[in-house]
Amino acid sequence: MKDGYVRPIDLRDGRVDMNHGAGGRAAAQLVEELFVRAFDNPYLRQGNDGALLPVAAELLDGGRLVMACDGHVVAPIFFPGGDLGALSVHGTLNDVAMLGARPLYLAASFILEEGYPLADLARVVESMGAAARAARVPIVAGDTKVVERGKGDGVFIATTGVGVVPRGREIGGARARPGDAVLLSGTIGEHGVAVLSKRESLEFETTIESDSAALHDLVAALLAAAPEGAVHVLRDPTRGGLATTLNEIARQSGVGIRLSEAAIPVKPQVDAACELLGLDPLYVANEGKLVALVDPAAADAVLAAMRADSLGRDSCRIGVVIEDEHRFVQMDTRFGGRRVIDWLSGEQLPRIC
Amino acid sequence: MKYIDEFRDGAVAQRVAARIAAEVRPDRTYRFMEFCGGHTHAIARYGIAEWLPPAVRMIHGPGCPVCVLPIGRIDQAIRLALERDAIVCTYGDTLRVPASAGLSLLKAKARGGAVRIVYSPTDALRIAAEHPQREVVFFAIGFETTTPPTALALLAARRQRLENFSVLSCHVLTPSAITHILESPEVRDYGSVPLDGFVGPAHVSIVIGSRPYEHFAEEYRKPVAIAGFEPLDVMQAILMLVRQVNAGRADVENEFTRAVTRDGNQAAQAVVAQVFELRSRFEWRGLGEVPYSALKIRPQYAAYDAEARFDMDYRPVPDHKSCECGAILRGVKRPVDCKLFGTVCTPDSPMGSCMVSSEGACAAHYSYGRFRDIAIVAEAGA
Repeated sequence: MKDGYVRPIDLRDGRVDMNHGAGGRAAAQLVEELFVRAFDNPYLRQGNDGALLPVAAELLDGGRLVMACDGHVVAPIFFPGGDLGALSVHGTLNDVAMLGARPLYLAASFILEEGYPLADLARVVESMGAAARAARVPIVAGDTKVVERGKGDGVFIATTGVGVVPRGREIGGARARPGDAVLLSGTIGEHGVAVLSKRESLEFETTIESDSAALHDLVAALLAAAPEGAVHVLRDPTRGGLATTLNEIARQSGVGIRLSEAAIPVKPQVDAACELLGLDPLYVANEGKLVALVDPAAADAVLAAMRADSLGRDSCRIGVVIEDEHRFVQMDTRFGGRRVIDWLSGEQLPRIC
Repeated sequence: MKYIDEFRDGAVAQRVAARIAAEVRPDRTYRFMEFCGGHTHAIARYGIAEWLPPAVRMIHGPGCPVCVLPIGRIDQAIRLALERDAIVCTYGDTLRVPASAGLSLLKAKARGGAVRIVYSPTDALRIAAEHPQREVVFFAIGFETTTPPTALALLAARRQRLENFSVLSCHVLTPSAITHILESPEVRDYGSVPLDGFVGPAHVSIVIGSRPYEHFAEEYRKPVAIAGFEPLDVMQAILMLVRQVNAGRADVENEFTRAVTRDGNQAAQAVVAQVFELRSRFEWRGLGEVPYSALKIRPQYAAYDAEARFDMDYRPVPDHKSCECGAILRGVKRPVDCKLFGTVCTPDSPMGSCMVSSEGACAAHYSYGRFRDIAIVAEAGA
């Protein structure tokens, strides 16, 4: 007998089993050898059920806390340009950043399905750790549960993010005003098309990669370029796409929005995939884009700052906020007509004719 | 996208619009029915109505395959999924069509029915091969465009000896529907629906050719202009119809020459004829029973015919009594004339079939054209 020897978990051929969620030695080992190693930071190393965290300077000066959570259940778990792990970091960081906040900490909860290959889990977790390090936001707490085979879909990850906004900064979906410029940080539809291209029964060849990215640096850059108060709304057009996000803002703010189709950038490959599948890129998900509704006087400066950031190179002005008691999002089509960009009804389904 | 953007060019549209406006006679109106849902969708999505002078009005026809599918047929597919434990494969559009008892295929799926969206009947074949112990039914809907792929899938199933695959055929025929509209009392006798011509189907015509329309043009004195599904195609076809009306002609003209010939795709027609035969009667949602308007599987392929295989009976189900889908599909009423439109019937909770698919007249108008009749929206959006 070799004192203190613990056989490492088999990250090559092993699979998740019920013991990994039972709170015993196997569970502790999985946490130690996989999660703590991948996410390593002093808060996690405290080894307690919760993390003890220092208070951010902004909070002592009248700033406020922002908290957001997001469940990630994407299928497939690995897709061109990303995976569930990185996405679960980016998605929550972006929700925090869209209030103009500086993200500070993340927490993650994993629901694992019995039988899921540990090698795949390790890839997801390592990608998550890498995304958190790149974003300079530590994952300070976590939890793992295992459900029986057939009761999950491989891995579900729920993440919670905490951040701070400095005193006086007011950014939110209800703050759009008529006259505001509508700015978009780049081309749309890539995440949705990348994921669809790997769906079972729909597989097609494409060079499109998901745009999954953390946007808080872009947010900081664009806020720095505008006088405080000039940026009214920030939002990332994820599920439901740009169309849904703009409808949410129009409803919350009680305004209308007028878009120009010609100004909205779409990569030709995304356009072609949507054409083929009968989808509208305006309703296809993004994971690394934002819309900013900005005081028209500051719009040029904000746009320039967005373009100077690597995640906002293709930023452009796509429309304007108008007075409209009906809260329509309308679009001047490239063809020269005009139409309503409505809420999506249910899921976007392909047309057959 | 090459070969697509050319047909969405706003500058060219402006020139065609100017021609239409110049050639429209001040002393009359022009009412044209676009038969296809694909055209309805293009008109709404690209805002084509904005380009047309007030004298030209487009009537949305019944060529939306999902819209004309009667409740009783969807009930059959739901029964297969819920009561017969079959895997039902179908096109995505079909999932949200409201059926009896507050169900739809989507809701049947939530209740444990195996309902799968496929892009092609070949996907259904693959599913059948993967689940040899399960019955797999392809719920086949659509006009002549989607019929040849169904026929090919059925023949492939026989070749591969897939004994668990069958087809619930709800394929319908365009010419019979057009005849039915032209024969309807509103059009024929009362003249309450003045119809001055048809924008003829795009993809359907690729399969059947332009010849089948020659009969209507001659018999009913209605001009037909077959058009592609791109917005410039539709506008060019409208210009062709205006010119025919002005000249007193009633011919079949073909704007979509890049794809449609007079005789169509004869290989496709032959495959369809091999597998299918005419039904003497078929219920259309909104139009009622239309004689010789649909296809059933020939007796020698009965093993692949879900109706025969599962010994299914057809139970017709009436629409909601205030629903005007029937009148809208016949061109007698417009979506805004329906009491349910935009109030209890919206794309999120469709009552009638025209609200289900984005090709449907009501859904297209609700989603894309509502700002033209603001009053309705004020009620609905509250």
